[in-house]
Amino acid sequence: MYDAPLFTERDVTANTIKIGARGVQVFYGDTHAIRDVDVDIEDKTVTAFIGPSGCGKSTFLRTLNRMNDTIDICRVEGDIRLDGEDIYDKRVDPVQLRAKVGMVFQKPNPFPKSIYDNVAYGPRIHGLAKNKAELDEIVEKALRRGAIWDEVKDRLTAPGTGLSGGQQQRLCIARAIATEPEVLLMDEPCSALDPIATAQVEELIDELRQNYSVVIVTHSMQQAARVSQKTAFFHLGNLVEFGETAQIFTNPEDPRTESYITGRIG
Amino acid sequence: MTDASINPAVPKRHGSLMSADARTAKRNAAEKRFQMYGMAAIGAGLFFLVVLIGAILSSGIGAFQQTFITVPVYLDEAKLDKKGNRDPAEMAKVSTFGYNPLIQKAVLAAVEEAGIETPLKKSKNMKALLSASAAAQVRDVVLANPDMVGQTVEFRMLASSRVDGYLKGRVQREDVARDKNIDAEHLDLTDALREAGIVSKGFNAGFIFGADASESRPEQAGLGVSMLGSFFMMIVVLVLSLPIGVAASIYLEEFAPQNRWTDLIEVNIANLAAVPSIVFGILGLAVFIQFAHLPQSAPLVGGLVLTLMTLPTIIISTRASLKAVPPSIRDAALGIGASKMQATFHHVLPLAMPGILTGTIIGLAQALGETAPLLLIGMVGYIATNVPDGIAAGFLSPNSAMPAQIYEWAKRADPAYYERAWGGIIILLVFLLTMNLIAIILRRRFERRW
Repeated sequence: MYDAPLFTERDVTANTIKIGARGVQVFYGDTHAIRDVDVDIEDKTVTAFIGPSGCGKSTFLRTLNRMNDTIDICRVEGDIRLDGEDIYDKRVDPVQLRAKVGMVFQKPNPFPKSIYDNVAYGPRIHGLAKNKAELDEIVEKALRRGAIWDEVKDRLTAPGTGLSGGQQQRLCIARAIATEPEVLLMDEPCSALDPIATAQVEELIDELRQNYSVVIVTHSMQQAARVSQKTAFFHLGNLVEFGETAQIFTNPEDPRTESYITGRIG
Repeated sequence: MTDASINPAVPKRHGSLMSADARTAKRNAAEKRFQMYGMAAIGAGLFFLVVLIGAILSSGIGAFQQTFITVPVYLDEAKLDKKGNRDPAEMAKVSTFGYNPLIQKAVLAAVEEAGIETPLKKSKNMKALLSASAAAQVRDVVLANPDMVGQTVEFRMLASSRVDGYLKGRVQREDVARDKNIDAEHLDLTDALREAGIVSKGFNAGFIFGADASESRPEQAGLGVSMLGSFFMMIVVLVLSLPIGVAASIYLEEFAPQNRWTDLIEVNIANLAAVPSIVFGILGLAVFIQFAHLPQSAPLVGGLVLTLMTLPTIIISTRASLKAVPPSIRDAALGIGASKMQATFHHVLPLAMPGILTGTIIGLAQALGETAPLLLIGMVGYIATNVPDGIAAGFLSPNSAMPAQIYEWAKRADPAYYERAWGGIIILLVFLLTMNLIAIILRRRFERRW
């Protein structure tokens, strides 16, 4: 089975709470997809959502930047606050919210444009750069933080779709952080990647923790154990357990959590 | 676990691989049979295509050649400019009747000079050889250049459609006994003139660029003016249906909520695409002409009617190409904070563009070949007689369109028009094939992969 996860001694300081969710319910038409979830996402922390397929972890992730708004039949109830502001308030424009809460998707989805344009798109539409030189700088910085600069610096005009899967995903991460979000949501970012690319992305996530609050949905429990400080276990739309990653993996309180991480349910 | 698979006592379930068992043989035979059906179907299709193209070409290619009579005509001052002051306004009083005798005399003189023996000794007898348009042609040249009067100028004039038909094999010697327009002596004379080089066949630019002609002058009829009519209609169709169609599709596909109303609209767009085009014609007659009082027979009205007809095609193909853009692209754009409109216009629309353009061109090609609605708004008949003067007139003055002109020619009694109808079909097909080719090239060049 899997090796005992290596818990590096990360000091989990009591960070400020970035996103607080209380009593969140999500419905798809008549289906009750998420039931009464309370979670606190801390700043400068990696929070992992784990759970079997269809348990609602991706759905919950997408409620955090209102990506579910694009689905007509989806309805969200409850209270989700970013820095104390209700993100489902009528006055909130999801476009502004998504500039603060960026997202990286399961399948690498670069735009069929040049690598440069992929990264520059966000800063352009949000007006982050005053001129070309500033934009160049932002793009370079984002690509460096996305740990892909060295591989693409000589071919910024090449199409982003021509990169390998792992490179594409890092490009997507660079694209997401180019708009300087405060929270980065990652929906199974490594599920389409090979182990080497996965390792690179995980390393990247750990670095991103310096500046961002990262929420990652993953099917791989090893990955959750490797990269996160907090873990939430979802099952059948319920949040079963939420706590320190080390504690969830070594000493879970709920029997369902234990069954899942030891491979008995899933 | 069981080790039955390695137990030799178990009877073999499968036979040798070297020969097909009955079931496999049957399956393979069925597959072969299906392939045969497919090939037979393609073969039948190709056969009909070859027959069709062969028939069109063999019937229509003649329209691109025309018979001309080239003779020097003495422009008699006594007949054309009695006052001798070369004033075009004065000279315009002499109608084509004044020119006819001069031309006929000139042909007779050419016959005599060539030493051709013929019982047709009078200049009047030459009338049957010449097109009725010859006098008008000479008159136009003379009025444009009054100084020509008094000189002998060589003119290349259209031969009559009977002479043309005789050289093309359409008019047979057996038929002329029943023909009031021409007789065997004229045909003998035509043969002799052809040998003398006075009568010759040449490329028929007038057919491609000219205007329609009256029933008695098929040799003069051309498709050019109705081509302009089609051109102006296509401009109306393009300018209206592309923005309306694309805007409607983008709204329905990207913005509209999925509810009963949008479902209803969707179903009705699909229904509209299947509505017979004549229905659009009668709608256009009622709404644009009888209610809105737009001019009859005008390419503007034709374009409006064809726009109604083309819109569903464009909407359906645009929606299909928008749907084909993977949702991950929209997610990517929305995920970094693009608004829905930015996501659509920056990312989705460029990717859907080749499909939209292809759909539009196919829709235009369909509209270009449409005849039925034009019948009802008066774009068929003897209309396309003059090149419209100016762009506004191009939209508003009565005109025909290529397919309507072809229909009109096919309706006329003179068999010479039959050839022209087929010739018109060749030109129309060239246009349609060119448009389809452009659609294919666009799709190939701009199609992006993701």
